[in-house]
Amino acid sequence: MRLVYLLAALPFVGILVGTPFVNQAEPFVLGLPFILFWIVMWVILSSVIMAIIYAVDPANKEGDEG
Amino acid sequence: MNVALVIIFAFLALAVYLGIRARRGKDMDLEEWAVGGRSFGTIFIFVLLAGEIYTTFTFLGGSGWAYGEGGPAFYILSYGCLAYIMSYWLLPAVWRYAKENRLHSQADFFASKYESSALGVLVSLVAVIAMVPYLALQFQGLGLIVSEASYGAISSTVAAIIGTVAVTVYVIISGIHGSAWTAVAKDIMVLVVVVFLGIYLPFALYGGIGEMFREIQAQKPGFLVLPDEGYSPAWFVSTVLLTALGFYMWPHTFGSVFTAENARVIRRNATFLPLYQLILLFVFFVGFAAVLQVPGLGGEKVDLALLRLSKEEFSASVVGLIGATGLLTALVPGSMLLMVSSTVLAKNVYKVFVPSTSEQRVSILAKILVPIVAAVSLWFSLQSGQGIVLLLLLGYSLVTQLFPALLFSLMPNNFVTKWGAAAGIVAGVLTVTYVTVKETTIGQLFPFLPEEIADTNIGIVALVVNFAVLLIVSLATGGLAVRREQSA
Repeated sequence: MRLVYLLAALPFVGILVGTPFVNQAEPFVLGLPFILFWIVMWVILSSVIMAIIYAVDPANKEGDEG
Repeated sequence: MNVALVIIFAFLALAVYLGIRARRGKDMDLEEWAVGGRSFGTIFIFVLLAGEIYTTFTFLGGSGWAYGEGGPAFYILSYGCLAYIMSYWLLPAVWRYAKENRLHSQADFFASKYESSALGVLVSLVAVIAMVPYLALQFQGLGLIVSEASYGAISSTVAAIIGTVAVTVYVIISGIHGSAWTAVAKDIMVLVVVVFLGIYLPFALYGGIGEMFREIQAQKPGFLVLPDEGYSPAWFVSTVLLTALGFYMWPHTFGSVFTAENARVIRRNATFLPLYQLILLFVFFVGFAAVLQVPGLGGEKVDLALLRLSKEEFSASVVGLIGATGLLTALVPGSMLLMVSSTVLAKNVYKVFVPSTSEQRVSILAKILVPIVAAVSLWFSLQSGQGIVLLLLLGYSLVTQLFPALLFSLMPNNFVTKWGAAAGIVAGVLTVTYVTVKETTIGQLFPFLPEEIADTNIGIVALVVNFAVLLIVSLATGGLAVRREQSA
Protein backbone atom coordinates (compact mmCIF):
# COMPACT_ATOMS: atom_id res chain seq x y z
CA MET A 1 0.00 0.00 0.00
CA ARG A 2 1.54 3.26 -1.10
CA LEU A 3 1.55 6.02 1.48
CA VAL A 4 -0.09 8.49 -0.89
CA TYR A 5 -3.26 6.37 -0.81
CA LEU A 6 -3.71 7.45 2.80
CA LEU A 7 -4.61 10.90 1.47
CA ALA A 8 -7.92 9.38 0.36
CA ALA A 9 -8.86 8.87 4.02
CA LEU A 10 -8.71 12.61 4.74
CA PRO A 11 -12.13 13.56 3.28
CA PHE A 12 -13.71 10.76 5.34
CA VAL A 13 -12.12 12.16 8.49
CA GLY A 14 -12.98 15.73 7.48
CA ILE A 15 -16.65 15.05 6.77
CA LEU A 16 -17.56 12.14 9.06
CA VAL A 17 -15.46 13.12 12.08
CA GLY A 18 -14.93 16.83 11.52
CA THR A 19 -18.44 18.08 10.70
CA PRO A 20 -19.91 17.62 14.22
CA PHE A 21 -17.07 19.83 15.51
CA VAL A 22 -17.76 22.65 13.05
CA ASN A 23 -21.54 22.59 13.47
CA GLN A 24 -21.84 26.37 13.53
CA ALA A 25 -23.09 29.11 11.21
CA GLU A 26 -20.41 31.64 12.10
CA PRO A 27 -17.97 32.75 10.90
CA PHE A 28 -19.49 33.03 7.43
CA VAL A 29 -16.87 32.19 4.80
CA LEU A 30 -17.44 33.30 1.19
CA GLY A 31 -20.96 34.11 2.33
CA LEU A 32 -21.62 30.51 3.39
CA PRO A 33 -22.40 29.32 6.92
CA PHE A 34 -19.22 27.75 8.30
CA ILE A 35 -20.54 24.17 8.30
CA LEU A 36 -21.53 24.47 4.63
CA PHE A 37 -18.19 26.02 3.72
CA TRP A 38 -16.45 23.14 5.53
CA ILE A 39 -18.32 20.54 3.45
CA VAL A 40 -17.75 22.43 0.18
CA MET A 41 -14.04 22.60 1.01
CA TRP A 42 -13.88 18.82 1.45
CA VAL A 43 -15.79 18.16 -1.76
CA ILE A 44 -13.22 20.20 -3.67
CA LEU A 45 -10.31 18.63 -1.76
CA SER A 46 -11.72 15.16 -2.60
CA SER A 47 -11.32 15.97 -6.26
CA VAL A 48 -7.81 17.36 -5.76
CA ILE A 49 -6.71 14.36 -3.70
CA MET A 50 -8.08 11.85 -6.19
CA ALA A 51 -6.36 13.71 -9.03
CA ILE A 52 -3.05 13.39 -7.16
CA ILE A 53 -3.63 9.69 -6.52
CA TYR A 54 -4.62 9.14 -10.14
CA ALA A 55 -1.46 10.87 -11.31
CA VAL A 56 0.94 8.80 -9.20
CA ASP A 57 -0.92 5.45 -9.42
CA PRO A 58 1.22 3.16 -11.61
CA ALA A 59 -1.92 1.26 -12.66
CA ASN A 60 -2.99 4.23 -14.78
CA LYS A 61 0.24 4.21 -16.78
CA GLU A 62 -0.27 0.65 -18.04
CA GLY A 63 -2.41 -0.35 -20.98
CA ASP A 64 -6.17 -0.52 -21.03
CA GLU A 65 -6.32 -3.57 -18.79
CA GLY A 66 -5.18 -1.65 -15.66
CA MET B 1 -54.91 25.12 -19.78
CA ASN B 2 -52.42 27.83 -18.87
CA VAL B 3 -49.10 28.71 -20.47
CA ALA B 4 -47.03 26.86 -17.83
CA LEU B 5 -48.85 23.58 -18.41
CA VAL B 6 -48.67 23.97 -22.19
CA ILE B 7 -44.88 24.35 -21.99
CA ILE B 8 -44.52 21.35 -19.68
CA PHE B 9 -46.62 19.10 -21.90
CA ALA B 10 -44.77 20.38 -24.98
CA PHE B 11 -41.51 19.19 -23.40
CA LEU B 12 -43.09 15.86 -22.56
CA ALA B 13 -44.20 15.45 -26.17
CA LEU B 14 -40.71 16.39 -27.37
CA ALA B 15 -39.12 13.82 -25.06
CA VAL B 16 -41.42 11.08 -26.35
CA TYR B 17 -40.72 12.16 -29.94
CA LEU B 18 -36.95 11.97 -29.34
CA GLY B 19 -37.49 8.53 -27.85
CA ILE B 20 -39.38 7.27 -30.90
CA ARG B 21 -36.89 8.83 -33.29
CA ALA B 22 -33.91 7.30 -31.48
CA ARG B 23 -35.53 3.89 -31.82
CA ARG B 24 -36.65 4.12 -35.43
CA GLY B 25 -34.95 1.78 -37.87
CA LYS B 26 -33.81 -0.54 -35.13
CA ASP B 27 -35.29 -3.82 -34.12
CA MET B 28 -34.40 -3.85 -30.46
CA ASP B 29 -33.70 -6.97 -28.50
CA LEU B 30 -33.35 -6.92 -24.71
CA GLU B 31 -29.63 -6.28 -24.83
CA GLU B 32 -30.10 -3.16 -26.95
CA TRP B 33 -33.12 -2.01 -25.06
CA ALA B 34 -31.31 -2.24 -21.76
CA VAL B 35 -27.75 -1.13 -22.35
CA GLY B 36 -28.04 0.66 -25.63
CA GLY B 37 -26.26 -2.18 -27.39
CA ARG B 38 -23.10 -1.00 -25.63
CA SER B 39 -22.64 1.31 -28.58
CA PHE B 40 -22.76 4.66 -26.82
CA GLY B 41 -19.61 6.72 -26.94
CA THR B 42 -17.70 7.83 -23.89
CA ILE B 43 -19.47 11.18 -23.78
CA PHE B 44 -22.91 9.62 -23.71
CA ILE B 45 -21.91 7.21 -20.95
CA PHE B 46 -20.54 10.16 -19.02
CA VAL B 47 -23.71 12.18 -19.51
CA LEU B 48 -25.81 9.25 -18.37
CA LEU B 49 -23.57 8.73 -15.36
CA ALA B 50 -23.53 12.39 -14.36
CA GLY B 51 -27.18 12.85 -15.27
CA GLU B 52 -28.22 10.12 -12.85
CA ILE B 53 -27.07 12.29 -9.95
CA TYR B 54 -29.51 15.08 -10.77
CA THR B 55 -32.93 13.65 -10.29
CA THR B 56 -36.08 15.22 -9.00
CA PHE B 57 -34.61 14.26 -5.64
CA THR B 58 -32.01 17.01 -5.90
CA PHE B 59 -34.21 19.47 -7.78
CA LEU B 60 -37.28 19.41 -5.54
CA GLY B 61 -36.13 17.31 -2.56
CA GLY B 62 -32.79 19.10 -2.07
CA SER B 63 -34.34 22.56 -2.19
CA GLY B 64 -37.28 21.30 -0.12
CA TRP B 65 -35.04 20.07 2.65
CA ALA B 66 -32.95 23.23 2.67
CA TYR B 67 -36.25 25.08 3.04
CA GLY B 68 -37.85 22.77 5.60
CA GLU B 69 -34.92 21.48 7.66
CA GLY B 70 -32.02 23.85 6.94
CA GLY B 71 -28.61 22.48 7.99
CA PRO B 72 -29.47 18.76 7.75
CA ALA B 73 -29.92 19.20 3.98
CA PHE B 74 -26.12 19.53 3.71
CA TYR B 75 -25.83 15.75 3.97
CA ILE B 76 -26.96 15.66 0.31
CA LEU B 77 -23.75 17.45 -0.68
CA SER B 78 -21.52 15.29 1.52
CA TYR B 79 -21.91 11.66 0.53
CA GLY B 80 -21.25 11.74 -3.20
CA CYS B 81 -17.59 12.69 -2.91
CA LEU B 82 -16.96 9.92 -0.37
CA ALA B 83 -18.67 7.40 -2.65
CA TYR B 84 -16.49 8.49 -5.58
CA ILE B 85 -13.34 8.10 -3.50
CA MET B 86 -14.32 4.53 -2.60
CA SER B 87 -15.22 3.86 -6.23
CA TYR B 88 -11.58 4.38 -7.20
CA TRP B 89 -10.71 1.02 -5.66
CA LEU B 90 -14.07 -0.72 -5.43
CA LEU B 91 -15.29 -0.42 -9.01
CA PRO B 92 -12.12 -1.50 -10.86
CA ALA B 93 -12.09 -4.67 -8.71
CA VAL B 94 -15.70 -5.36 -9.70
CA TRP B 95 -14.97 -4.45 -13.33
CA ARG B 96 -11.99 -6.81 -13.58
CA TYR B 97 -13.85 -9.76 -12.07
CA ALA B 98 -16.91 -9.09 -14.23
CA LYS B 99 -14.79 -8.97 -17.36
CA GLU B 100 -12.87 -12.16 -16.56
CA ASN B 101 -16.09 -14.03 -15.90
CA ARG B 102 -18.22 -12.36 -18.60
CA LEU B 103 -20.81 -11.03 -16.18
CA HIS B 104 -23.53 -8.57 -17.16
CA SER B 105 -25.35 -7.55 -14.01
CA GLN B 106 -25.21 -7.03 -10.29
CA ALA B 107 -27.09 -10.29 -9.72
CA ASP B 108 -24.60 -12.18 -11.93
CA PHE B 109 -21.79 -10.76 -9.83
CA PHE B 110 -23.13 -11.94 -6.47
CA ALA B 111 -24.23 -15.29 -7.95
CA SER B 112 -20.79 -15.89 -9.38
CA LYS B 113 -18.79 -14.76 -6.35
CA TYR B 114 -20.82 -16.85 -3.91
CA GLU B 115 -21.54 -19.66 -6.38
CA SER B 116 -25.26 -19.40 -5.74
CA SER B 117 -27.87 -18.36 -8.27
CA ALA B 118 -30.35 -18.13 -5.38
CA LEU B 119 -28.23 -15.34 -3.86
CA GLY B 120 -28.40 -13.57 -7.22
CA VAL B 121 -32.20 -13.74 -7.03
CA LEU B 122 -32.21 -12.43 -3.45
CA VAL B 123 -29.94 -9.51 -4.37
CA SER B 124 -32.17 -8.70 -7.35
CA LEU B 125 -35.31 -8.71 -5.23
CA VAL B 126 -33.77 -6.49 -2.53
CA ALA B 127 -32.53 -4.07 -5.18
CA VAL B 128 -35.93 -3.88 -6.87
CA ILE B 129 -37.71 -3.37 -3.53
CA ALA B 130 -35.25 -0.58 -2.70
CA MET B 131 -36.00 1.04 -6.05
CA VAL B 132 -39.73 1.29 -5.30
CA PRO B 133 -39.39 4.31 -2.97
CA TYR B 134 -36.79 5.74 -5.38
CA LEU B 135 -39.30 5.47 -8.23
CA ALA B 136 -42.13 6.65 -6.00
CA LEU B 137 -40.33 9.92 -5.33
CA GLN B 138 -39.90 10.59 -9.06
CA PHE B 139 -43.65 10.15 -9.58
CA GLN B 140 -44.37 12.27 -6.54
CA GLY B 141 -42.11 14.99 -7.95
CA LEU B 142 -43.87 14.82 -11.32
CA GLY B 143 -47.19 15.12 -9.54
CA LEU B 144 -46.06 18.23 -7.65
CA ILE B 145 -44.76 19.88 -10.81
CA VAL B 146 -47.84 19.28 -12.92
CA SER B 147 -50.18 20.17 -10.07
CA GLU B 148 -48.35 23.41 -9.19
CA ALA B 149 -48.03 24.43 -12.84
CA SER B 150 -51.77 23.97 -13.27
CA TYR B 151 -52.22 26.64 -10.58
CA GLY B 152 -54.55 24.35 -8.66
CA ALA B 153 -56.60 22.99 -11.57
CA ILE B 154 -55.12 19.48 -11.27
CA SER B 155 -54.83 17.81 -7.86
CA SER B 156 -51.42 16.35 -6.96
CA THR B 157 -52.87 12.81 -6.92
CA VAL B 158 -54.27 13.09 -10.44
CA ALA B 159 -51.04 14.78 -11.49
CA ALA B 160 -48.96 11.92 -10.04
CA ILE B 161 -51.08 9.43 -12.01
CA ILE B 162 -50.56 11.46 -15.21
CA GLY B 163 -46.82 11.54 -14.49
CA THR B 164 -46.64 7.80 -13.91
CA VAL B 165 -48.49 7.02 -17.12
CA ALA B 166 -46.19 9.39 -19.02
CA VAL B 167 -43.02 7.74 -17.71
CA THR B 168 -44.41 4.25 -18.35
CA VAL B 169 -45.39 5.00 -21.94
CA TYR B 170 -42.04 6.71 -22.47
CA VAL B 171 -40.09 3.67 -21.25
CA ILE B 172 -42.10 1.19 -23.30
CA ILE B 173 -41.71 3.26 -26.47
CA SER B 174 -38.10 4.27 -26.24
CA GLY B 175 -35.98 2.20 -23.86
CA ILE B 176 -32.58 3.67 -23.04
CA HIS B 177 -32.00 5.40 -26.39
CA GLY B 178 -34.73 7.84 -25.54
CA SER B 179 -33.25 8.50 -22.14
CA ALA B 180 -29.83 9.22 -23.59
CA TRP B 181 -31.06 11.96 -25.91
CA THR B 182 -33.36 13.43 -23.32
CA ALA B 183 -30.59 13.18 -20.72
CA VAL B 184 -28.49 15.60 -22.76
CA ALA B 185 -31.36 18.08 -22.90
CA LYS B 186 -32.06 17.55 -19.22
CA ASP B 187 -28.47 18.09 -18.09
CA ILE B 188 -28.17 21.36 -19.98
CA MET B 189 -31.55 22.61 -18.79
CA VAL B 190 -31.08 21.66 -15.15
CA LEU B 191 -27.69 23.34 -15.13
CA VAL B 192 -29.04 26.58 -16.60
CA VAL B 193 -32.20 26.67 -14.49
CA VAL B 194 -30.63 25.72 -11.16
CA VAL B 195 -27.66 28.05 -11.49
CA PHE B 196 -29.93 30.87 -12.61
CA LEU B 197 -32.43 30.40 -9.78
CA GLY B 198 -29.69 29.82 -7.21
CA ILE B 199 -28.03 33.14 -8.03
CA TYR B 200 -30.99 35.25 -9.13
CA LEU B 201 -33.29 34.57 -6.18
CA PRO B 202 -30.81 35.35 -3.34
CA PHE B 203 -29.67 38.52 -5.11
CA ALA B 204 -33.15 39.73 -6.06
CA LEU B 205 -34.68 39.00 -2.67
CA TYR B 206 -31.80 39.59 -0.23
CA GLY B 207 -29.11 41.43 -2.15
CA GLY B 208 -26.68 38.50 -2.20
CA ILE B 209 -25.96 34.99 -1.02
CA GLY B 210 -24.02 36.01 2.09
CA GLU B 211 -26.72 38.57 2.92
CA MET B 212 -29.38 35.88 2.57
CA PHE B 213 -27.63 33.52 5.00
CA ARG B 214 -27.06 36.35 7.51
CA GLU B 215 -30.71 37.32 7.32
CA ILE B 216 -31.80 33.70 7.95
CA GLN B 217 -29.29 33.41 10.80
CA ALA B 218 -30.71 36.59 12.35
CA GLN B 219 -34.36 35.57 12.01
CA LYS B 220 -34.05 31.83 12.62
CA PRO B 221 -30.95 31.21 14.76
CA GLY B 222 -29.82 27.58 14.60
CA PHE B 223 -31.58 26.90 11.28
CA LEU B 224 -28.34 26.79 9.28
CA VAL B 225 -26.72 24.11 11.43
CA LEU B 226 -27.56 20.60 12.63
CA PRO B 227 -29.99 20.62 15.58
CA ASP B 228 -29.16 19.01 18.93
CA GLU B 229 -31.67 16.22 18.48
CA GLY B 230 -33.47 14.59 15.60
CA TYR B 231 -31.37 15.42 12.54
CA SER B 232 -28.42 15.84 14.88
CA PRO B 233 -24.70 15.44 14.15
CA ALA B 234 -25.08 11.69 14.93
CA TRP B 235 -27.83 11.47 12.33
CA PHE B 236 -25.72 13.44 9.85
CA VAL B 237 -22.65 11.24 10.20
CA SER B 238 -24.59 7.95 10.03
CA THR B 239 -26.66 9.14 7.08
CA VAL B 240 -23.65 10.32 5.08
CA LEU B 241 -21.95 6.99 5.77
CA LEU B 242 -25.06 5.00 4.80
CA THR B 243 -25.62 6.83 1.54
CA ALA B 244 -21.92 6.81 0.61
CA LEU B 245 -21.74 3.02 1.10
CA GLY B 246 -25.01 2.50 -0.76
CA PHE B 247 -24.17 4.81 -3.66
CA TYR B 248 -22.95 2.02 -5.96
CA MET B 249 -25.26 -0.70 -4.66
CA TRP B 250 -28.17 0.28 -6.92
CA PRO B 251 -28.45 -2.01 -9.93
CA HIS B 252 -28.07 0.96 -12.29
CA THR B 253 -25.03 2.49 -10.58
CA PHE B 254 -23.44 -0.94 -10.09
CA GLY B 255 -24.35 -1.70 -13.69
CA SER B 256 -22.54 1.38 -14.99
CA VAL B 257 -19.33 -0.54 -14.27
CA PHE B 258 -20.19 -3.19 -16.87
CA THR B 259 -20.45 -0.63 -19.64
CA ALA B 260 -17.08 0.99 -18.88
CA GLU B 261 -14.39 0.50 -21.51
CA ASN B 262 -11.60 -0.03 -19.00
CA ALA B 263 -10.72 0.39 -15.35
CA ARG B 264 -8.76 3.56 -16.01
CA VAL B 265 -11.88 5.38 -17.17
CA ILE B 266 -13.56 4.43 -13.90
CA ARG B 267 -10.62 5.74 -11.86
CA ARG B 268 -10.48 8.94 -13.88
CA ASN B 269 -14.18 9.55 -13.18
CA ALA B 270 -13.40 9.44 -9.46
CA THR B 271 -11.14 12.47 -9.86
CA PHE B 272 -13.65 14.92 -11.29
CA LEU B 273 -17.11 13.60 -10.43
CA PRO B 274 -16.89 15.06 -6.86
CA LEU B 275 -16.86 18.55 -8.40
CA TYR B 276 -20.19 17.82 -10.10
CA GLN B 277 -21.73 17.76 -6.64
CA LEU B 278 -21.14 21.48 -6.21
CA ILE B 279 -24.14 22.28 -8.40
CA LEU B 280 -26.15 21.18 -5.36
CA LEU B 281 -25.12 24.44 -3.71
CA PHE B 282 -27.40 26.33 -6.07
CA VAL B 283 -30.25 23.99 -5.22
CA PHE B 284 -29.70 24.78 -1.54
CA PHE B 285 -29.63 28.53 -2.29
CA VAL B 286 -33.08 28.27 -3.87
CA GLY B 287 -34.45 26.42 -0.84
CA PHE B 288 -32.93 28.91 1.60
CA ALA B 289 -34.20 31.85 -0.45
CA ALA B 290 -37.71 30.46 0.02
CA VAL B 291 -37.41 30.19 3.82
CA LEU B 292 -38.37 33.77 4.61
CA GLN B 293 -40.37 34.36 1.40
CA VAL B 294 -42.93 31.55 1.29
CA PRO B 295 -43.11 30.39 4.91
CA GLY B 296 -45.63 27.90 6.20
CA LEU B 297 -45.03 24.80 4.08
CA GLY B 298 -44.59 21.82 6.41
CA GLY B 299 -44.29 18.03 6.25
CA GLU B 300 -44.16 16.65 2.70
CA LYS B 301 -45.24 20.08 1.40
CA VAL B 302 -41.64 21.35 1.80
CA ASP B 303 -40.93 19.81 -1.61
CA LEU B 304 -43.06 22.61 -3.09
CA ALA B 305 -40.63 25.33 -1.94
CA LEU B 306 -38.84 25.78 -5.28
CA LEU B 307 -42.04 25.80 -7.32
CA ARG B 308 -43.95 28.09 -4.95
CA LEU B 309 -41.17 30.67 -4.85
CA SER B 310 -40.85 30.50 -8.65
CA LYS B 311 -44.57 31.14 -9.00
CA GLU B 312 -44.28 34.22 -6.77
CA GLU B 313 -41.32 35.64 -8.64
CA PHE B 314 -41.84 34.75 -12.28
CA SER B 315 -44.48 34.78 -15.01
CA ALA B 316 -46.33 31.63 -16.00
CA SER B 317 -44.11 30.98 -19.01
CA VAL B 318 -40.94 30.99 -16.88
CA VAL B 319 -42.68 28.74 -14.37
CA GLY B 320 -43.45 26.49 -17.35
CA LEU B 321 -39.76 26.25 -18.25
CA ILE B 322 -38.80 25.53 -14.65
CA GLY B 323 -41.55 22.92 -14.48
CA ALA B 324 -40.36 21.37 -17.75
CA THR B 325 -36.86 21.06 -16.29
CA GLY B 326 -38.36 19.40 -13.24
CA LEU B 327 -40.31 17.09 -15.53
CA LEU B 328 -37.09 16.00 -17.25
CA THR B 329 -35.29 15.48 -13.93
CA ALA B 330 -38.06 13.03 -13.00
CA LEU B 331 -38.57 11.51 -16.45
CA VAL B 332 -34.96 10.61 -17.23
CA PRO B 333 -33.98 8.89 -13.97
CA GLY B 334 -37.53 7.61 -13.53
CA SER B 335 -37.49 5.86 -16.90
CA MET B 336 -34.01 4.51 -16.18
CA LEU B 337 -35.05 3.11 -12.79
CA LEU B 338 -38.25 1.68 -14.19
CA MET B 339 -36.46 -0.04 -17.03
CA VAL B 340 -33.70 -1.43 -14.82
CA SER B 341 -36.07 -2.83 -12.22
CA SER B 342 -38.28 -4.50 -14.87
CA THR B 343 -35.27 -5.97 -16.65
CA VAL B 344 -33.82 -7.26 -13.37
CA LEU B 345 -37.10 -8.95 -12.47
CA ALA B 346 -37.41 -10.60 -15.88
CA LYS B 347 -33.79 -11.59 -16.39
CA ASN B 348 -32.34 -12.13 -12.93
CA VAL B 349 -35.41 -13.48 -11.15
CA TYR B 350 -37.85 -15.07 -13.63
CA LYS B 351 -35.26 -16.56 -15.97
CA VAL B 352 -33.39 -18.17 -13.05
CA PHE B 353 -36.53 -20.11 -12.15
CA VAL B 354 -37.40 -20.91 -15.77
CA PRO B 355 -34.01 -21.25 -17.47
CA SER B 356 -35.56 -22.47 -20.73
CA THR B 357 -37.13 -19.03 -21.34
CA SER B 358 -35.90 -17.56 -24.62
CA GLU B 359 -34.28 -14.12 -24.76
CA GLN B 360 -37.25 -12.90 -26.74
CA ARG B 361 -39.69 -13.99 -24.06
CA VAL B 362 -37.59 -12.39 -21.32
CA SER B 363 -37.65 -9.20 -23.35
CA ILE B 364 -41.44 -9.31 -23.68
CA LEU B 365 -41.81 -10.07 -19.98
CA ALA B 366 -39.61 -7.07 -19.07
CA LYS B 367 -41.93 -4.80 -21.05
CA ILE B 368 -45.01 -6.30 -19.43
CA LEU B 369 -43.45 -5.68 -16.01
CA VAL B 370 -42.87 -1.97 -16.70
CA PRO B 371 -46.47 -0.83 -16.02
CA ILE B 372 -46.74 -3.22 -13.06
CA VAL B 373 -43.64 -1.87 -11.32
CA ALA B 374 -44.81 1.66 -12.12
CA ALA B 375 -48.24 1.01 -10.60
CA VAL B 376 -46.73 -0.44 -7.41
CA SER B 377 -44.44 2.58 -7.05
CA LEU B 378 -47.29 5.00 -7.67
CA TRP B 379 -49.37 3.24 -5.02
CA PHE B 380 -46.41 3.45 -2.63
CA SER B 381 -46.02 7.16 -3.34
CA LEU B 382 -49.69 7.88 -2.68
CA GLN B 383 -49.73 5.75 0.48
CA SER B 384 -46.52 6.85 2.13
CA GLY B 385 -47.31 10.52 2.73
CA GLN B 386 -43.58 11.10 3.05
CA GLY B 387 -41.46 13.77 1.47
CA ILE B 388 -38.98 13.15 -1.33
CA VAL B 389 -35.83 13.05 0.82
CA LEU B 390 -37.24 10.57 3.32
CA LEU B 391 -38.35 8.29 0.47
CA LEU B 392 -34.84 8.17 -0.94
CA LEU B 393 -33.35 7.56 2.51
CA LEU B 394 -35.68 4.56 2.86
CA GLY B 395 -34.41 3.22 -0.46
CA TYR B 396 -30.81 3.72 0.68
CA SER B 397 -31.45 1.97 4.00
CA LEU B 398 -32.54 -1.08 2.00
CA VAL B 399 -30.04 -1.12 -0.84
CA THR B 400 -26.99 -0.50 1.38
CA GLN B 401 -27.65 -3.89 2.99
CA LEU B 402 -25.92 -5.38 -0.07
CA PHE B 403 -22.65 -3.66 0.80
CA PRO B 404 -21.13 -6.07 3.39
CA ALA B 405 -21.58 -9.13 1.14
CA LEU B 406 -20.04 -7.24 -1.78
CA LEU B 407 -17.08 -5.98 0.23
CA PHE B 408 -16.20 -9.41 1.60
CA SER B 409 -16.58 -11.00 -1.83
CA LEU B 410 -13.75 -8.82 -3.12
CA MET B 411 -11.34 -9.90 -0.39
CA PRO B 412 -8.89 -12.71 -0.86
CA ASN B 413 -9.77 -15.70 1.39
CA ASN B 414 -13.35 -14.55 1.82
CA PHE B 415 -14.74 -16.46 4.79
CA VAL B 416 -18.33 -15.36 4.18
CA THR B 417 -20.49 -18.22 2.89
CA LYS B 418 -23.52 -17.84 0.63
CA TRP B 419 -25.65 -18.59 3.69
CA GLY B 420 -23.94 -15.87 5.70
CA ALA B 421 -24.30 -13.34 2.89
CA ALA B 422 -27.98 -14.16 2.39
CA ALA B 423 -28.83 -14.20 6.10
CA GLY B 424 -27.07 -10.86 6.65
CA ILE B 425 -28.93 -9.19 3.78
CA VAL B 426 -32.28 -10.59 4.95
CA ALA B 427 -31.63 -9.55 8.58
CA GLY B 428 -30.69 -6.01 7.49
CA VAL B 429 -33.73 -5.62 5.24
CA LEU B 430 -36.08 -6.99 7.91
CA THR B 431 -34.67 -4.55 10.47
CA VAL B 432 -35.31 -1.60 8.14
CA THR B 433 -38.77 -2.88 7.25
CA TYR B 434 -39.77 -3.42 10.87
CA VAL B 435 -38.74 0.06 11.97
CA THR B 436 -40.32 1.68 8.88
CA VAL B 437 -43.63 -0.16 9.10
CA LYS B 438 -43.87 0.40 12.86
CA GLU B 439 -43.08 4.08 12.19
CA THR B 440 -40.71 4.04 15.12
CA THR B 441 -37.10 5.12 15.69
CA ILE B 442 -34.16 3.62 17.50
CA GLY B 443 -34.72 6.15 20.27
CA GLN B 444 -38.33 5.01 20.74
CA LEU B 445 -37.45 1.32 20.67
CA PHE B 446 -34.67 1.73 23.21
CA PRO B 447 -35.49 4.87 25.25
CA PHE B 448 -32.52 4.38 27.56
CA LEU B 449 -30.00 5.06 24.80
CA PRO B 450 -28.19 8.40 24.75
CA GLU B 451 -29.23 10.94 22.11
CA GLU B 452 -26.13 10.29 19.97
CA ILE B 453 -27.12 6.67 19.36
CA ALA B 454 -30.87 7.29 19.30
CA ASP B 455 -30.55 9.62 16.28
CA THR B 456 -28.44 7.16 14.29
CA ASN B 457 -29.92 6.44 10.86
CA ILE B 458 -31.84 3.16 10.92
CA GLY B 459 -30.01 1.99 7.81
CA ILE B 460 -26.70 2.03 9.71
CA VAL B 461 -28.23 0.18 12.68
CA ALA B 462 -29.55 -2.43 10.23
CA LEU B 463 -26.10 -2.61 8.66
CA VAL B 464 -24.63 -3.54 12.05
CA VAL B 465 -27.31 -6.25 12.49
CA ASN B 466 -26.58 -7.40 8.93
CA PHE B 467 -22.85 -7.64 9.65
CA ALA B 468 -23.33 -9.55 12.91
CA VAL B 469 -25.68 -12.09 11.31
CA LEU B 470 -23.39 -12.45 8.30
CA LEU B 471 -20.47 -13.20 10.61
CA ILE B 472 -22.29 -15.70 12.84
CA VAL B 473 -24.02 -17.59 10.02
CA SER B 474 -20.81 -17.73 7.97
CA LEU B 475 -18.92 -19.26 10.88
CA ALA B 476 -21.77 -21.66 11.62
CA THR B 477 -21.93 -22.82 8.01
CA GLY B 478 -18.24 -23.62 7.82
CA GLY B 479 -16.82 -20.39 6.49
CA LEU B 480 -13.80 -20.57 8.78
CA ALA B 481 -13.20 -24.23 7.94
CA VAL B 482 -13.15 -23.40 4.26
CA ARG B 483 -10.64 -20.67 4.87
CA ARG B 484 -8.40 -22.99 6.91
CA GLU B 485 -8.50 -25.53 4.11
CA GLN B 486 -7.51 -22.89 1.60
CA SER B 487 -4.65 -21.54 3.64
CA ALA B 488 -3.44 -24.98 4.77
